[in-house]
Amino acid sequence: MKGYLKRQDDFQVRRQHLANLSDEELKQRFWKLAEQAVEPLLELARTNTSPSIERSVLLRMGFSSLEAKPLVENAIDRGLIGKGVGHVVYRISKEKKIPLRQAGLEMIEGKHWDDAVAIFKGGNE
Amino acid sequence: MKKYDINEKMDVREILNDLENYRPKRRGWVWREKKDQFEMSDHIYSDCSEPLNNSIGIPAAVQYFDNLDPQPQETITTEIASGRFEDDIRRMRMAAWHGADHLMVIRTAGQSHYDGLIEGSPQGIGGIPVTRKQVRAQRKALDFIEEEVGRPINYHSYVSGVAGPDIAVMFAEEGVNGAHQDPQYNVLYRNINMVRSFVDAAESKKVMAWADIAQIDGAHNANATARDAWKVMPELMVQHAINSIFSYKVGMKKENICLSTVPPSAAPVPCTKYDLPYAVALRDLFDEYKMRAQQNTKYITSSSREATVTHVLNMMISKLTRADIQSTITPDEGRNVPWHMNNIEACDTAKQTLVGLDGLLEMVELKQEGYLPEKVRELKERAVLYLEELIEVGGYFEAVEKGFFVDSGMYPERNGDGIGRKINGGVGVGTVYKRDNDYMAPVTAHFGNNNVAQYDKNAVDNPSILIDGCTFEKPEKIIYIDELDENDNVNTRLDESEKYRNSNLVKPEVEWLADGTVVVELCLPTSKRVAEFAAIEFAKKMNLKDPEVIHVEVLHPAEGIRVQVKGKVDFDVDISKLEIPQEPEVWSFEELWEEIEQHPMKVVAATVGEDEHSVGLREIIDIKHGGIEKFGIEVEYLGTSCPVEKLVDAAIEVNADAILASTIISHDDIHYKNMRKIHELCIEKGIRDRIIIACGGTQVTPEIAVQNGIDAGFGRGSKGIHVATFLVKKRKEMQNEN
Repeated sequence: MKGYLKRQDDFQVRRQHLANLSDEELKQRFWKLAEQAVEPLLELARTNTSPSIERSVLLRMGFSSLEAKPLVENAIDRGLIGKGVGHVVYRISKEKKIPLRQAGLEMIEGKHWDDAVAIFKGGNE
Repeated sequence: MKKYDINEKMDVREILNDLENYRPKRRGWVWREKKDQFEMSDHIYSDCSEPLNNSIGIPAAVQYFDNLDPQPQETITTEIASGRFEDDIRRMRMAAWHGADHLMVIRTAGQSHYDGLIEGSPQGIGGIPVTRKQVRAQRKALDFIEEEVGRPINYHSYVSGVAGPDIAVMFAEEGVNGAHQDPQYNVLYRNINMVRSFVDAAESKKVMAWADIAQIDGAHNANATARDAWKVMPELMVQHAINSIFSYKVGMKKENICLSTVPPSAAPVPCTKYDLPYAVALRDLFDEYKMRAQQNTKYITSSSREATVTHVLNMMISKLTRADIQSTITPDEGRNVPWHMNNIEACDTAKQTLVGLDGLLEMVELKQEGYLPEKVRELKERAVLYLEELIEVGGYFEAVEKGFFVDSGMYPERNGDGIGRKINGGVGVGTVYKRDNDYMAPVTAHFGNNNVAQYDKNAVDNPSILIDGCTFEKPEKIIYIDELDENDNVNTRLDESEKYRNSNLVKPEVEWLADGTVVVELCLPTSKRVAEFAAIEFAKKMNLKDPEVIHVEVLHPAEGIRVQVKGKVDFDVDISKLEIPQEPEVWSFEELWEEIEQHPMKVVAATVGEDEHSVGLREIIDIKHGGIEKFGIEVEYLGTSCPVEKLVDAAIEVNADAILASTIISHDDIHYKNMRKIHELCIEKGIRDRIIIACGGTQVTPEIAVQNGIDAGFGRGSKGIHVATFLVKKRKEMQNEN
């Protein structure tokens, strides 16, 4: 067995505090609890990113799926994903005064990463 | 995209041509518009939407109602994914003609765990690899098909797995209109890390909201997975709530958030006692959200009849409550990946049922006291208690860790057998990274912290102006990849079946062009296991390759076993060499009217033998249905179960020009025997040379009818005008002979 909780149906006992709620009050309670359950999940999403999110940003910036993947992997390897991988490419394109796509394609070839690390000081701000 | 005539097949190569430059013509989900008290063919429909320009009605519509094809107000879904998108496109056209406007593409096995987009057009298993190329080709085809039928078609697939945001962006760019998105699906059924799943989900949903993509959640999977599906009802509402409110808070509008809801139980349990209270409770709590009602598949078997009845019972629940999208499950879902005709059957079942129940709630209402509202209240309370405990143990993640979900007990009962996942476990664990304060993404529809202001304060609400627009504003920036695998792609597959594309050769198919699959149905008077093996032997002797039993039903343990066997034929038919008799000649209304006015005609008509069927013959006779009376022919109708002697005597008595006999029952060839009897009786009575004998019925083959001595046979699909044309022509012919 998985060791999870086992419990008889104690609905009649548990429901006592709900018994006097109107249907509307019960519904409001349902949604209030649901909101409470998702709030920390939303906060997590606001403050974190992932390889897939960063690839999706690069796709929107005009890179193909084949190009987005190594860019994200390179950024992770250099501790830069917390800056946003699209951000890193954007910044290199600005610093080097080259088009965005060119910057990304050159980075896939291995160029500019040392500069990127230097620009972003390689770590958290 | 090229416009095709309705009698012309779509050309897959043409669809693939110049695909790199194709842009979808619109974005976003489209709901059907209900038309109040809509009149069609003298009938008033209460719950229907605009009819189509081109469509095929249910069989009765085609046979009796001049293809009267009212469209229900509910969006109708069908799931199409045979593994080859190029063949699915053809099925999509068929389904659209039968009323589907939500075409759902199932993904190939394993795509959930593929970390990135798949490209090209590799063949899939149980679905297709959803790639940009395949999506674009199908959307391109649908852009044509929706014009052909005259209603927008929603194209749908899945935004789940570890590449959710990648796929969401691709869908937004390619004009996909609907998608499944529910991080709980990843967590519970795909064991993808829960933190990653929710972080990704927010981005996916934000992108979907921008593209106005309707979302369907994944709660129905708990139904299919739970030991006793009707016991997960409280949990289902919790799962729906978590995904719905999470989506809304991310920015999706409520009318695009659809609950995937399935009546949890099925006969032989008294399913309405579970399903109706559940449906009412759900719609009460989620009145601001949309309902995507699907059929119960938990208890589906290989019986297509049974699956169809479940489908109908489930739609009764939809009609008694509410469904915005009525999904269909094909009657063969319990035995194979759906076949062409079963998608069509499912769409027809939905259309037939929903139209048949038109106006139901104008006539009946659900009880406000007693069992139903008591059960509804209980389910809602159980769901609230579930959420209370979920918060109490520390939140959603903790609850998943503790095995709250898909437990076989009816909450708050717990049986300790739920699906538990670890916060620090699953596919993709450790791939979530904290955003630094200067984190930035210069694109549209990005969720969460995005420090755009460090570059341009004016870009805060529109980050993509930093890069002069992203692909959402400038689709020309999308990089299209055609193929990555030189062997596993659509071109190779098309070459392999080229012989059957736009040629004279045809071969039966159920999924793919010329797959050769056919089904043989047998009833064998033996025991079950013997029958299965005997059936395979019969199939082999019929030259079927790879025969396989797909359905067995015991009619009686010893007296009879019903077996359905599938197999493949390895030959084809050259249609240019077929001898096909000409279609019956039809005179115009005016020609017939004029002829009968000048030379009046009288006929006697009856359904002969022990046969009470009258509908077919009435259709042929009645003026109201365009029958022969309409052209002025005088009809003496003798009713049903008429002895042939009586019919012939009546013909003599009124001096009729013709005898019309309806012969529906065909058991033991009784219909043909009756035809011969009429013929012989007329000879005996000495009137055969001056009377016309015509017989009809659904099982009548015209050629065989004539072989039985009569002048003409009329089979399925015959109309009054065919019979009238025949009668006047035959009379002229006889007059010339005499």
